[in-house]
Formats: sequence, structure tokens, C-alpha cells
Amino acid sequence: MSRRPRKTAVPDPAAFPTRSYDLVKEFTIALVVVVLLTVGLAAVFSSPDVKPVTLASWSRADGADFTATAVSELGGTSGTAGYGPPYNHTPGAAQKLGPVGLQSAAGVRIPVDTTNDFVLRPLRDAPEPPAVTAALATWAAAPAARQQAWTRAYSDALAKAGRGAPAKGDYGPVPVLASRLLGLARSGALDGELQAEGRFYQTDYTRPLLFLSDGSYLESLARAEHLGGDQWGMMNETGNFPGQAWLWLYTFWYQIDPFKSSGNADALIWGLMALLSLCLMLAPFIPGVRSVPRWTRVHRLIWRTYYRDQAMERDRRVSGR
Amino acid sequence: MSGMGGAGGGWTGAVRRRVVRALPPEKLLPDTQPAYMASWIYVFGVLTVAALIVVLLTGGVLALKGPAWWHVSGAGKYVNGLHLWSVELFMFFMVIHLWGKFFMAAWRGRRALTWVTGAVCFFTSIGAAFTGYLVQQNFDSQWIAGQAKDGLNSVGIGAFFNVLDFGQMLMWHIVLLPLVLGLLAIWHILLVRWRGIVPPIDAATIDPADATTREAAR
Repeated sequence: MSRRPRKTAVPDPAAFPTRSYDLVKEFTIALVVVVLLTVGLAAVFSSPDVKPVTLASWSRADGADFTATAVSELGGTSGTAGYGPPYNHTPGAAQKLGPVGLQSAAGVRIPVDTTNDFVLRPLRDAPEPPAVTAALATWAAAPAARQQAWTRAYSDALAKAGRGAPAKGDYGPVPVLASRLLGLARSGALDGELQAEGRFYQTDYTRPLLFLSDGSYLESLARAEHLGGDQWGMMNETGNFPGQAWLWLYTFWYQIDPFKSSGNADALIWGLMALLSLCLMLAPFIPGVRSVPRWTRVHRLIWRTYYRDQAMERDRRVSGR
Repeated sequence: MSGMGGAGGGWTGAVRRRVVRALPPEKLLPDTQPAYMASWIYVFGVLTVAALIVVLLTGGVLALKGPAWWHVSGAGKYVNGLHLWSVELFMFFMVIHLWGKFFMAAWRGRRALTWVTGAVCFFTSIGAAFTGYLVQQNFDSQWIAGQAKDGLNSVGIGAFFNVLDFGQMLMWHIVLLPLVLGLLAIWHILLVRWRGIVPPIDAATIDPADATTREAAR
């Protein structure tokens, strides 16, 4: 009766027969192969470079969307205005991972006041026509409830009008402010206003990107490039390039319930991915997981020469007895 | 005076003796390998290292000319293509290497740290590639940043790691993450050389009293 192998200590590789192996030659060949593959792939496929959207290009291409977004920023009803940490203190906006609110715990570290940062300050910083000066004064003098009533009414009117002119109504100074901001955006001045904020050197695009993301224009372009959240989102890239295919598992969760319909989807998926990543990293220590290689027997394929030689030698010994 | 093998030499001598003992030249750069190391899966480790070098070199050229160069120069566009495709190859080779090592249970025989450093290399590479996508300065960067911020903000990371801040992401992409990845990769490779290539599962695992196994016999 043959004795079954027992799980004992893994032997030292030095105890096995050896063969010549030229590591430097292998590395050199590998490097040449990778260089040739890279040179060839870059020559044939190049890399995608779709021009970025600017506030100017957005406002020129879809003035109605820009205006509607600007009014929502002014009235504090945009996505950014109600985002919560790290941009502002909107109650109940932060996501939670079960009982744990990491988003709230991190606090408001990149404060964004959409009313002032996206609308009023750029208008004040640009040369003001008298009508805009008067509109800014009217806005500043009005109580918050009145301001919100104006922006809400104008937003509703814009939504009803579609791409046409909104019906007449009591919108206060909002149409003048929105129209002036649209003019600044179309001239290209708003891009500089939002980014520079009075400074010369600037590398932080947080505010213009948040403003862009609040509109529907950017998303419509992204969806046309199969980049929507329900189209496997950011793991894709414009054109037919492979993108970040290694993010497939992270993106996968956004496509299925309960994640895709949860208000805490991001936090839940990040929590899940953190757990799975930890499992991968600590696989050697997790009972069950560390035994998967033995159960799947893929190793029999990888070391098939070794196992075949072992079997032949065993057979030879048996027949020699 | 103390020779290489003798005591003395203070901390420097102690470190040298320890390093040479752990990784003597014939172990660091051997010209033989165990005979069981005979599968195409082994090639993907060295392919990953080769691709990483191409990634670093092409990224170095892009860094030399500045982040906007490739948008306005044909040569720059081509170098950016080299960088992109070397990253795709790097990640492809690394994923195959990782799963190959998983199915070999390559953490056996006190090699758990080798596995852990490899896994952390993988996660660091994802971060490095991700920040690369963020600093392309094109539509992809805008959209990816807008999407990614929600995930990062939801667990509090976005308050410190702001994907909408181009300057911060550029520094992470060209300084911090390559440095961490480079050091981890060196550590990982040294651990592989130190512990040697993991033997096949169940190799030489018959009771030591049974001297009929090939390994025990040798």
C-alpha cells in the first residue's frame, strides 16, 4: 500500500535537482520582448486624447444646461451644494458604511460654497455692468428664503421652457445674474475666474470640475463614450482602448443590486473592496482560502513535468520490487 | 582588521555580514534553478519587471518634457502611447503572475511576506495607474476624477486625497507611488531570491522515515 503524502514542512529548493538557468539572459529577452510589444502597440493604436470640456465650450454648446446648473449653484440646490463632506455640511448627505460614517468623520476639508464660489464671486470679480451691480445688490439685500424662492421659480421656469425662453415671473435678480454668468463663461473668462481665484499659479481644478459635474452636458458626452456609471464607468476609456480593465471587480458591484440602488453604494462598495483586498493580501493566513490552490489542482498543470517524473519514478520503483 | 567573514567593522560590518549571509552572490544571481521550475508561468514575473522598467523609462521621458507636452507634439503623443501600452502590458503580466502564484500557493515555506509584498505591489500599481489616468489633462481625466471622487469621499479618503486636484495627483503619480512601487518591487524580488523558488505542492512530503522519495533520497 502506498503511503499518502503528509502535509509537512515545505522542503528547501536547494534539496532538489537543478538545471542551468540564465536569469540575466531571460531578463534581457523579456525586456526586448516588452519593448517591441510596446513600440508596436503604441505605433498601431497610439493613445486616446479627447479634448477636455471647458466652461466656455459647455456654455457655448449647451447654454440652457449651463444656465440651469448656474441657477442651481446660486440657489444651493446643485449636487455639489448638497454633497456634504468634504465640501460642505449638508445634514444627512454623507454616506455610511453600516453605522460607521467615515465621510462625516473626515470632515469638511475642501470647503465649497457654490453660491459664492461658482456665481457671486466670479460676477463681482469681473467688470460689472450697472444692471449686474444692481442685481448683486438686490440679491445681497434679500433674505435667504426670498433668494431660494427666486432661484426655485426660475429653475422651474427653465425646466418647463426647455431650450426656449422661460415664461415671465417673479425671479428677482436671478435672470440677470445667470445671463451675465453665461456671458462670462462663453467669453472664457469664467474658466480663469474659477480656477485662479486671484492667484497666478494654480493646479487645483476642484471648483471648475465640480461645477462641470453638476451639469448634464459632461455626463451626456461621457455616456456617448460608454463611460456612464451603468456602462462600467470609469474603468473604460474614450474610444476603443482597454482602459483600466483591472478595475473590473470594483466597477462590477455598481452594476448589481443591492449596490446600484443603495444611497450608500460608494461606501458599501469601498468597504467590500477593502475587505476583498485584505483577503487577497492575507490569503496565506486564511483557512480555506489558502487551500484553494490544492483543491483546484491548477498546480498539477503548472508542475506537470515534475509530477509526471515523480509518477514515473514511483512506477519504476513498484515494478522493480 | 577584519575580513569579510570575520567579526568587527561596527554596524557596517554587521550589516554586511548579515546581507552576505542571507543573500550570497550565488543566491542573489544564481546560474542554476531547481529542475521543477519548468513552466511558462514563471516567465510572467520577469515580464512584469521588464514592463515596469519600460513604464518608468517612458514616464521619465514624459516627466522630462512636462505634463502638457504630449498634447501638442507628435513625438510626445507617441511617447504617451508607449507609456500607456507599457502600463497595460505591465498590469496584464502582473495579474497573470499573481494568479499563477496563487494557484501555486507560492506563500508556502515561509514565503508569506513575499506574497504580501507582491499583493501590495499590485494595489500600489492600481493606484499609480489610476493617478496616471487622472493627470492626462483630457476628457478622460475629467470624467474619471468626477466619478472617482464619490467613492473616495464616501469613506473619508477624498478629504485628504483630492482627485480633482491635478497638482496633488501629479505628485502622487510621478513621485510617491513610483517610489513606493519601486521599493516594494525590489523588496519582493530580494525575498524571492532569499527564499528560493517554491517547490511543487506536496513535493517531498512523505514521512521522513520513508527514504524512497526522490527528494529525501537526495
